[in-house]
Amino acid sequence: MSIDVAVFGVMFVVVLGSSIAMLFARNAVHVALFLVVTQIGLAVAFLLEGAYFIAAIQIIVYAGAIMVLFLFVIMLLGVDRREALNEPLRGQRPLAVGLAALLAAEVLYVAYKGSDLITTGGGSQALQDLNADPGNVKALARVVFSRYLLPFEVTSILLVVAVVGVMVLARQMSAISPVSARSGSSVADKEEAA
Amino acid sequence: MPLDIPAVRLTGIAPEIALCATALLLLVIDAVLGERRNRWYLPALASIGLGLSIYFATEAWGTTRLELSGMVAVDGFASFVKITLAVFGLLTVWLGRDFLVRERAEEGEFYGLVLFAVAGMMLMAGAADLIVVFLALETFSLALYVLVGFRRRSLLSQESSMKYFLLGSFSTAFFLLGIAFVYGAVGSTNLYGGEDGPGIVSSFMATGASDVGLLILAMGLLIVGLGFKVAAVPFHMWTPDAYQGAPSPVTGFMAAGSKIAGFAALLRLLDVTLYPLREDWRPLVIGVAVLTMVVGSVLAVVQEDVKRLLAYSSIAHAGFVFTGLIAANDRGVSGSLFYLATYGITVLGAFAVVAVLSGRDDEKVTLRDYRGLFYDRPLLAGALTLFLLSLAGVPVTSGFVAKLVVFGAAIQEGYWWLAVVGMVTSAIAAFFYLKVLVVMYMQEKETEDAERVRSGPLSTGVIGLAALATIVLGLYWGPLIDVAERATLFFAGG
Repeated sequence: MSIDVAVFGVMFVVVLGSSIAMLFARNAVHVALFLVVTQIGLAVAFLLEGAYFIAAIQIIVYAGAIMVLFLFVIMLLGVDRREALNEPLRGQRPLAVGLAALLAAEVLYVAYKGSDLITTGGGSQALQDLNADPGNVKALARVVFSRYLLPFEVTSILLVVAVVGVMVLARQMSAISPVSARSGSSVADKEEAA
Repeated sequence: MPLDIPAVRLTGIAPEIALCATALLLLVIDAVLGERRNRWYLPALASIGLGLSIYFATEAWGTTRLELSGMVAVDGFASFVKITLAVFGLLTVWLGRDFLVRERAEEGEFYGLVLFAVAGMMLMAGAADLIVVFLALETFSLALYVLVGFRRRSLLSQESSMKYFLLGSFSTAFFLLGIAFVYGAVGSTNLYGGEDGPGIVSSFMATGASDVGLLILAMGLLIVGLGFKVAAVPFHMWTPDAYQGAPSPVTGFMAAGSKIAGFAALLRLLDVTLYPLREDWRPLVIGVAVLTMVVGSVLAVVQEDVKRLLAYSSIAHAGFVFTGLIAANDRGVSGSLFYLATYGITVLGAFAVVAVLSGRDDEKVTLRDYRGLFYDRPLLAGALTLFLLSLAGVPVTSGFVAKLVVFGAAIQEGYWWLAVVGMVTSAIAAFFYLKVLVVMYMQEKETEDAERVRSGPLSTGVIGLAALATIVLGLYWGPLIDVAERATLFFAGG
């Protein structure tokens, strides 16, 4: 058994275990921490594939920066808040579990049937060639600034939209006082009175 | 090895660039000039931006090529959809101006977000790579999530924005998984393929694999993601809530814009790229289409809220457009384009009337509020009548012609029974449009309005234009259908 397989096995157990633990953890902070573990496990998966740059980015951006934001938001909203666990729709959960199992079965069946497709794809070999010739980072830079130039630029527009959107929503939140949350449009009347 | 700088030609994305630049400029002007009483210059600037994008889209008409390393297709199809979207954008900006003035909160971000949303939808129409489709989808969806929650003081609006956001993110996850599976199956995400790399179908043929399972699975997931945006059953759950909670101008824009953007991507994906696999995707899409037509029409009958009623009607209309998509011939594609363009204008007109009638805070939207409307405000009632008849598909309106073309295309391909389902559900749908008419013309008004909201000049203009278009396209449909047909001839690679 090669070292790759052993690392993959450990990574597999860690990622799957922490993802499942994430679903069942009651405390929001624990959920976030399990997500960090999952992200780091995925970084290991990228390393195994030879995508070193992506692995580093995965840890810095996702496990680092984004998770800090997550924790920040959770702290801001208060850790001790519990989600309401009653179901608004009857029988929704068993149905969801059933459908999810069906989807998983479909994916597994298709992956099993189409395994020749996956193996003939040969993506991994191409990646190794790339790592050998211009190197991982250079190869990535080359596609980002040539072939994938447009998607790269569109992402910036996407981020601008997100920033503008957050600004609008945040301002609206302050416009709603706690009173109006309970009694509908009373704020409008008050504003007119004032 | 030196870096090959690819040729950067911007014909294809010039309309989007114009819109994004205008939106950024608008946000800066909004911030610099600050709060003023009359901010007419904001919608004026937005209109100029949309006008510019129409100009650029018209310029690109007649060119057929892939640009920016095969990421964007420049063709008649894209130009047609982009021009239509810019028109929807113009109507929305004008309606939005009246809405914002009524709410006494004229914020520049509204116009900025509408422009960004239109830009995202336009990019979707020209996208020739699944990555670009995904980014365009996200751009316009994010803008719409915020626009839906734009009604200050309304918890309903906030709630529907949240619901739309959560379900939308969920559907996006399906779409992304689909892209990942496509890449896993064939090693490419490009819809056409060319000198910059192989496309989905050519790579698939090259692998020589006998089993198409993984690609079919991926296709199913992509249809889930796009089906959500066009409000197809069973991915329609968000539609009534989001339509009800959103400000009426935004609801009209969502119904018109996200439908044509979603269908543009679906048409390019299914009717061009995956055309060789049509026997595999047709059963799936036919199922969705039939469900969409039946559920949309039947559930609309029991609605008491006009916006929810129009939401279910928009679901049903998605089903009708699917019949054109399933036909997958030239007539089906041009018919779908014609359908989406005329439906968009009509539905924007209908929501313009709803916006005017619902008054401040957008609250009077139940059928009770429409009692005796004809005797109170005959012109508005008349316009709404026209829009509802067009949505029902009554002759002499554009809706009739649109239904005729898509059903005709389906029959041409031998799917006559699908056309029959379409006609039966149209008849069911006619029932609830007539229900609104009965309420407007044959019932007494209960109480007098305390405060009567006047229709602003822009709203009146939009309603007039939409009514005119509905009638004119119902009588002289020829020119627009011709243009739509030429739009499919240019369809790159098709």
